[in-house]
Amino acid sequence: MEELLTFNYTIPGDDFTRAGEASSSVKNKLKKMGLDSNTIRKVSIAMYEGEINMVIHADGGTITVEISSEKIRMILADTGPGIADIDKAMENGYSTAPEEVRSLGFGAGMGLPNMKKYTDYMNIDSTVGVGTTVTMDVRL
Amino acid sequence: MNKFIHSVQLDGEACTGCINCIKYCPTQAIRVHNGKASITPEFCIDCGRCLRYCPHHAQTVSYDSIRDIRDYRYTVALPAPSLYAQFNNLKNIDIVLNALLSIGFNDVFEVSAAAELVSEASRTYIREHMEDAPFISTSCPAVIRLIRVKFPTLIPRLLPIKPPIEIAAEIARKRAVKKTGYAPEKIGIFFISPCPSKVAYVKSPLGIEKSSVDKVLAIKDVYPALLEHMTDNESRLKPLASSGRIGIGWNNAGGEAAGLITDNYLACDGIMSTLRVLSDLEDEKFHGLKFVELNACDGGCVGGPLNVENPYIAIAKTKKLNRILPVARTHSNDMEDLKDIDYRWNECIEYEPVFRLGESFRESLEMMGLVEELTEQLPGLDCGSCGAPTCRALAEDIVRGEATRNDCIYIFHEYIGSLSKEISFLTRSLNLSCSNNDDSIHLLEDYIQKLTTELSKKER
Repeated sequence: MEELLTFNYTIPGDDFTRAGEASSSVKNKLKKMGLDSNTIRKVSIAMYEGEINMVIHADGGTITVEISSEKIRMILADTGPGIADIDKAMENGYSTAPEEVRSLGFGAGMGLPNMKKYTDYMNIDSTVGVGTTVTMDVRL
Repeated sequence: MNKFIHSVQLDGEACTGCINCIKYCPTQAIRVHNGKASITPEFCIDCGRCLRYCPHHAQTVSYDSIRDIRDYRYTVALPAPSLYAQFNNLKNIDIVLNALLSIGFNDVFEVSAAAELVSEASRTYIREHMEDAPFISTSCPAVIRLIRVKFPTLIPRLLPIKPPIEIAAEIARKRAVKKTGYAPEKIGIFFISPCPSKVAYVKSPLGIEKSSVDKVLAIKDVYPALLEHMTDNESRLKPLASSGRIGIGWNNAGGEAAGLITDNYLACDGIMSTLRVLSDLEDEKFHGLKFVELNACDGGCVGGPLNVENPYIAIAKTKKLNRILPVARTHSNDMEDLKDIDYRWNECIEYEPVFRLGESFRESLEMMGLVEELTEQLPGLDCGSCGAPTCRALAEDIVRGEATRNDCIYIFHEYIGSLSKEISFLTRSLNLSCSNNDDSIHLLEDYIQKLTTELSKKER
């Protein structure tokens, strides 16, 4: 039987200092599994960017990470405002981050483009007023 | 050569199995079994943190003795700049350096002088390789060891320049050979160290095949010997000092970075903070940095466990000392023999995946599944009674075949409890089947009832 390991994380939307905990946890587990460093880096960065997005824009959400010997799948789901124009959101430098967040050094507008850059498959499912689900795969 | 030779060791006699140290190890290398602690050699980075927290002084460092001077025809002392910061009211470094001659060394070469050369070489290297920035300092061997086992993606960021101790040893030996005409092996180069990390480095170096240092002494051993010989009678002092603020500044956190004369740096001290910085570095959370200085000890090298003085007092004393010193006193074009030094590493650092659970990804994936399951079953208190620092660490030990579920005292109690209940059930059914052994069986049941009650009192 194909071994599939699943990890579930709840991302709190109101504590900025905790943004990044889930991606850090996954990174450490992948290291213990002896995955090559390049792949770990891709998963780590893509997941971190997605996690930060959830805190900045969507008041948190959940992340499910599925690990098999073929790929690592990250499913980031929130019930936030949704993305009105996905194509525009994918543009380098475009950001809808609020002022407080930009003053902290975030909101450079590179989150989604980076996520796409570091993964082999990315899909965004979003409805304004309902929420967003981002699915990303890194193949092994 | 053993890649995992260590200077931090356990004194089995003094260890009481108290489990204090297991929580403080940054790589979770220590376990306590059968009442004694033991260090997993592949995980240990020789940072010496356990030394500081062992209440019974059972964690020790092995280093060399000043009596080893007798093994050589000519000896040179290499004092670490931390040494100068141990003394009260030191106004002139020559006082310490001359005292080193008085206790038996033939000559002295300051590591801080070599540090100024290394700073110069580093400035040049970084300028010529800007596209590879940020660079991580490589003067703290504990940090290199940590990166080697936990942060392989950062290995290419290591600044491939030999540390000051190495440059000092090379220069000192060449000069001694030139001066005396003795064969190089007859010269003893003695480093006077603030930490265990350097002791391990000399036996098992990183970035070079073999260290030029012969012996490593502890500052705390040399300090009392020096006190007796220190004189501030200026007329009797030979002028031996040759370093300035840059070289001596290497003894505290931020000092090495200061020698690079840039604002674009991060200086971190303490092994736990270093772990966090390394984790964020590998996630590329910092941008635009040129240099990352990492020190395993709080306060930098003056915080090493082989020092005598409190690190923060030592930093204050260094500031006082530096007030009368020039910025730097040793430059590569000062003397002929300083011009052709090869500062570059001649060996690559390789990733040692010691924390990997299994031999392959597939195997590790399966083992990780078991680790997660086991971690769920364990109480999650991280109490350390099993000898492992956390419940998750115990789960990993179990999956690696190095521990069992019953090592957890809570699981063990549950186990005893269920065993007692079974015994109770058996004896009751025995009681029903043969009635002539009434008394003994009643007694047995009473006893077991007591056992179960006592155990349930101990449950949370």
